Amino acid sequence: MNARSDIFGNIRRSLGVTGREATRRGIVRDRLEQAPKGVLPARGQVSGEERIALFRTMAEAAFATVAEVSAPAEVPQAVADYLRGHNLPAAVRIGEDERLAAMPWGDTALEVSHGKSEGGDLNAVSHAFGAVAETGTVAMVSGPGNPSTLNFLPDNHVVVLRARDVQGDYEALWAKVRFAYGKGVMPRTVNWITGPSRSADIEQTLLLGAHGPRRLHIVLVRD
Amino acid sequence: MTVHATSPQFKDNAARALADDQLQRALGNVKRGFVERRQAVADKLPEFEALRDSARDIKNHTLAHLDLYLEAYEDKVKASGGHVHFARTAEEARDLILTICRAAGARTVTKGKSMIAEEIGLNAHLEAAGIAPVETDLGEYIIQLRGEMPSHIIAPAVHVNATQVEEDFRRVHTHLDKKRDLSEPVQLLAEARAVLRDRFLAADVGITGANFLVAETGTSIIVTNEGNGDLSQILPKTHIVLASIEKLVPTLEDVSQILRVLARSATGQELSVYTTFSTGPKRDADVDGPENYHVVILDNGRSAMLGTSFEEMLRCIRCGACMNHCPVYQAVGGHAYGWVYPGPMGAVLTPTLIGVDKAGHLPNASTFCGRCESVCPVRIPLPKLMRHWREREFERHLTPATFRSGLRLWGFFAKRPALYRFATRAAMGALALAGRERGRFKWLPLARGWTQNRDFPAPQGGTFQQRWAKERGRRRAA
Repeated sequence: MNARSDIFGNIRRSLGVTGREATRRGIVRDRLEQAPKGVLPARGQVSGEERIALFRTMAEAAFATVAEVSAPAEVPQAVADYLRGHNLPAAVRIGEDERLAAMPWGDTALEVSHGKSEGGDLNAVSHAFGAVAETGTVAMVSGPGNPSTLNFLPDNHVVVLRARDVQGDYEALWAKVRFAYGKGVMPRTVNWITGPSRSADIEQTLLLGAHGPRRLHIVLVRD
Repeated sequence: MTVHATSPQFKDNAARALADDQLQRALGNVKRGFVERRQAVADKLPEFEALRDSARDIKNHTLAHLDLYLEAYEDKVKASGGHVHFARTAEEARDLILTICRAAGARTVTKGKSMIAEEIGLNAHLEAAGIAPVETDLGEYIIQLRGEMPSHIIAPAVHVNATQVEEDFRRVHTHLDKKRDLSEPVQLLAEARAVLRDRFLAADVGITGANFLVAETGTSIIVTNEGNGDLSQILPKTHIVLASIEKLVPTLEDVSQILRVLARSATGQELSVYTTFSTGPKRDADVDGPENYHVVILDNGRSAMLGTSFEEMLRCIRCGACMNHCPVYQAVGGHAYGWVYPGPMGAVLTPTLIGVDKAGHLPNASTFCGRCESVCPVRIPLPKLMRHWREREFERHLTPATFRSGLRLWGFFAKRPALYRFATRAAMGALALAGRERGRFKWLPLARGWTQNRDFPAPQGGTFQQRWAKERGRRRAA
């Protein structure tokens, strides 16, 4: 007997089932298809300005910083201002994201390079797929547009987020993922990011910047 | 045999732990850190209790249909280009992982934090085969340098103080300036970050655990605050996920319910910093991510727990709240439990994994105060399950003779209520009289096991039965 059939055999013996019961199979099929939502905290059931305000409050509580601009064209300047404000070099690593590519980076003094990170980049800019106001979380999807290494290797991670992509709860985010990729299909990586990297492994003292970015800055586009 | 268990020596371990000043200082951090933060964040979410019910129900539903969800999960992983391997035992899991590492030509392996890897003794197995495993979670890195086991399932180095970390870093990081300042924890963190960054970039294989596996999409999920698990899995060419059968959940919606109670129960955060959903290897157009994606699914005795009273233990999501709130854990720390899983969840799980003959002391190391059950996000009745182990231990005559004769003596009185009332009243009266002045005893005949580490409070008037009778009379009158 191989390991797989042994394990399935043990599970079925313990549960007292054969695995062929039509009722059980129906229950499982329905749940996978319908994906019932469960308990949704009232906190995230808000819209418009209230939702944006909640997102900001929760993101800032997790030690992210948030800046607002009124159009995509203002993003490069906001990034340049942020880096200058923290005395950081005026250089950023960016993927091939079309929304970011359409922005006027040439109008700033920023030195822009493209592609994934090999570990030597101090600053990266990515475009969020969405966000969840309930906990101030940004959601990133992998791909050539926004390589996952940009989320983790640079010291300073700037995330561009359109206000209209901010959802109230995780469930609304999954609806957006299914709409983009299809039911039951996922990109290689979805990263939920809530604030900058941290560790409390030494004497329970909270310190920012463990292995991932020391700073997470969100530029919220209110167009 | 995986990791050498010292659980049979629990009493000696505990006595040593109580006398260890350094450890006692470190354990003070548990109460201040975890307990207060969990309460604060739970109070901020009115739906927290309802979400605990929801999480419990989802886990119960999944376990009742585990064979079918495992099949669905396996199909989805394959459809996304990944591989699923099943391991009956720790040995099979170790060998599967070693085979994958060898096929990848691996010399170094970076590891995200995984309790299953501890359970199967993976590091020693890789080292013996000439492959260097590098722990990347800061706490795991520290204990790897110290040659220790984790003393907590989410804060593995909670028993260590900063000065000890400094000593370890100076001992191991010999390529760095000897005169560097490491007096602050932030300097220790910066050093670990720099040292491990090179390891991340050089690794051939990355191994992570999984907090959850999603049947709907074939996705594995890790939850971290440091980002080490992500660097372990997106940089090397091969990503191996090591998980056990009970990590399954049906859908993304289901896991979102459970994630709402996980971080809050564990670290008192609204959500951990990084929640990462990984599905298969990198796609054709992707410029980063692993080319190979393997999932090793371990049973190791869990399938036999289904359909028994211990099935409820398979709901455990490894948050650590039970140990954070346990007066026994707070007093002796995790190493005293002598194997991989400490605290109340360890006291229930360890006997199923290594045998009640070896781990019988653990379910006895409880005051049955019930705090663990009251904070468990998936409502596992931990005291009840520990009691089941005590019963089994007693039935199999594994309990020591003195304990058994003590129980027999108590049973003699308990079956004769009048005699019981008389004897307890006399004993309480005598103790109250003797201890009136100080209010406590530093020493009592036949109770050295109690009084050598703590005082015994002097009775403050009446036996429990007397007070109960009075209270009931008062309520009836009211």
